[in-house]
Amino acid sequence: MARMKFLCDAERCIECNGCVTACKNENEVPWGVNRRRVVTINDGVIGAEKSISVACMHCSDAPCMAVCPVDCFYRTDDGVVLHDKDLCIGCGYCFYACPFGAPQFPQAGAFGLRGKMDKCTFCNGGPEADRSEAEFKKYGRNRLAEGKLPACAEMCSTKALLGGDGDVIADIYRERVLRRGKGSEVWGWGTAYGPGKPGAQPPAGAKS
Amino acid sequence: MRRLALGTAIGAALFLAGCGESEQVVVYKQGKYQGKPDTHAWDSAPLAAEQRGGNWTKGDRASWETQIKNRQLAQHEHKRIYQ
Repeated sequence: MARMKFLCDAERCIECNGCVTACKNENEVPWGVNRRRVVTINDGVIGAEKSISVACMHCSDAPCMAVCPVDCFYRTDDGVVLHDKDLCIGCGYCFYACPFGAPQFPQAGAFGLRGKMDKCTFCNGGPEADRSEAEFKKYGRNRLAEGKLPACAEMCSTKALLGGDGDVIADIYRERVLRRGKGSEVWGWGTAYGPGKPGAQPPAGAKS
Repeated sequence: MRRLALGTAIGAALFLAGCGESEQVVVYKQGKYQGKPDTHAWDSAPLAAEQRGGNWTKGDRASWETQIKNRQLAQHEHKRIYQ
């Protein structure tokens, strides 16, 4: 197996936040921490609005691993980047290093005191006994050890968010793109926006 | 006299106990993961069928990968729709 990755198809994402909710529910993530977020650009601009679901991308050369002063990160044989919360000192270096803003810090006390870092685990738990109570409390559900994929990807209603082996999901994405074509042929485009081309602006005076 | 000797002995024992040099901090090795070792996903037995568990042999990586691959392909609706 190659590397476990996420791939989000911006043409399909409808910003329903189902992935965010699925993640919060499955892992019982504490209040104030979002392991996954949906980012929207050109919000409200007809034809130009795009959304993408973002979490830890489980980088092959992860900057968080490089900057951690206590070396609490490790990568599994499947390419999932995980960390040991018993070692984490909550310094926040990983947050500054991560280009996706994946590391999150629960508020641990007054004056903005940070707790131990929390991030997407690709639903693969952490360095505790697999599927144990301790693992669930610290890191969330270990779905890979249950033979399942991350809850966010499996729950995605439009299948915009794909999760799994990078080679396999890239093949799925490629086949989709070849089949759906572009412009009005794009899945759902004509229904939502009419036969116009992507990026076309509505006539003057039209209400959005 | 005996009490004094006993008291001195206990006091000396307590005093010397503070001089122990047991390792109290983690010794960091630069660039190496310092945390606890983790087990592999395929080291666990599959969940029971009523919990919608997968189907692989405990400890067998290849069979676990097959299970995960089937799960990945379930995300490909073209495979399900156009067959």
